[in-house]
This record gives sequence, structure tokens and C-alpha cells, in this order.
Amino acid sequence: MDWYSGSLLRLAMSYVPSRAVAEEVVQETWMGVLEGIHRFEGRSSFKTWLFRILTNRAKTRGIRESRYEAFGLSASSTGADEGSSLEDSLFVAEGSGKGHWVDPPQAWEPDTPERVLLSKECRSVIENAIERLPGTQRQVMTLRDIEGVSSEEVCNILEISETNQRVLLHRARTKVRRELALYIQENKT
Amino acid sequence: MAGNFTCREIAQLVTDYLEGSLTFSERVRFQLHLGLCFACRNYLRQMKYTITTLRQLPVEPVPPHVKEELLQRFRAWKRKSSESAGNPEAD
Repeated sequence: MDWYSGSLLRLAMSYVPSRAVAEEVVQETWMGVLEGIHRFEGRSSFKTWLFRILTNRAKTRGIRESRYEAFGLSASSTGADEGSSLEDSLFVAEGSGKGHWVDPPQAWEPDTPERVLLSKECRSVIENAIERLPGTQRQVMTLRDIEGVSSEEVCNILEISETNQRVLLHRARTKVRRELALYIQENKT
Repeated sequence: MAGNFTCREIAQLVTDYLEGSLTFSERVRFQLHLGLCFACRNYLRQMKYTITTLRQLPVEPVPPHVKEELLQRFRAWKRKSSESAGNPEAD
């Protein structure tokens, strides 16, 4: 239970505005597990089933806390208008250099000292970047890239299509990489 | 030959590439571009590194008061269900 609760908390926080509410959602999830365990048929993995209970509880809760609109209900949470503008800004828009990098990416690993890449600060840069993602992008990234849930199961849990899931994942990764790149650039000495 | 990808297109397709959802022709053109473009090779490496780091993020620690409350609720539930089952061995 200990092992899973951390993951549940992280996922809950992508749905609801505060950590305190997220903790309550996790509690409700465990209660839902206890009540529903006899119904678990093993058709999906336990983890997937667990996450599905959580997303149901979290969505209900998110609606109740709906004064915090940014967290799952407004258009920005679909990431519909995000993402493409970031990518566009990285590339030359017009002229002979069109489509080329404005600022060609540098190699990270040989040139960047390990102490930077492995530092706590680096990790918190990533955590902050994730926290700033729109709701659904954050959920997809949390499930796919942090929890290692398969794309098929993520589509089940979040009730989205494969294509939609890929678009959200792409936008999330593009943003997070960008934040990491900026941080590394500043710390390269 | 179908047009070569620009760097911008590579950045747009990188997730599809890593997910294995490019068509055969797209994948060939993607890899061809990478072979010729140092910047995009770096970009792909950066992206892979980012994903690897995400996989290694520490789990959020569960605050002790949350754990304690959960255990209490669990015990209460357990008591309730063994009482209703007429089981004298509650908790």
C-alpha cells in the first residue's frame, strides 16, 4: 500500500488543486479498493485498476472543487492550444533557413558535468515543469513516463483515443525537455 | 523522393518515432535526416534522456498522518466486516 500511495498521490495532484485534497482522494481510492476488491476480475493489471478508481474519484472531486478551473475542466486542460506554439518558436519561420533550428541543441552528456544532471535541483526543475503542465498532459505524462503504464492502459484509464494520448504525451515531453534544456544551459560551467 | 524532413518536422514527429507509430516511409526519412543532422541527433538524445529521468523520479513520500488515517480506516472497516460476518476474531 505504501508503495502505491506515492504514485496515487502524484496522479491525484494532476486533477485537484491542492495536496490536501489530493491526499483525501488517495484515501477515498483505497476505500474504493477495499469495497470493490471482490469485483476485480484481473482483466487489467491491479495497477491499472487502481489508477482507474483514482481517476474516477479525482474527477468527481475536481468537479466539486471547480472554482479551481485550471485543473481539469477548462479548455487549457486539454492542451488544445498549447504545445504547437512552443515548437514553432524553436525554428526559423521564414526565408532560406525555414524549418531549421534557431538554436541547435547541444549534446548534454559529455559536456555537462554529472553533478548538474543528477542534482536535486535538476530533478526539481523537472517536477516544476510537470506541475505547470495542463491537466491532461500532466496525467498522460505521469502515467506513461513516470509510472510506466502502457499506452493502451492509459487510453483505458483516461478514456481517450490512442492518437489523443500521443499528442498529449508529445506536448508534455516537448515542454519538459525545454525546461530541462534551459536549466542545463544555465549550469554548464 | 518524398520531401526530406526539416528539423522542425523532426521535432514534431519525435514522439511518434519513439512510440513506433511512424509509417515505414516516414521512419526511413526520419532516420535519414538524423544521419545528416547533428542538431536533431542531439535533440533526440535530449528527449530520450528526459524520458529516462522521468522514469527515475522519486515517488512522492506519503505523509505519516495520511498513512495513520488510512490504517485506522482500514481497521474500522475490518472490524465492521467481521462483525457483520459474525466472526468473533475481529481485528
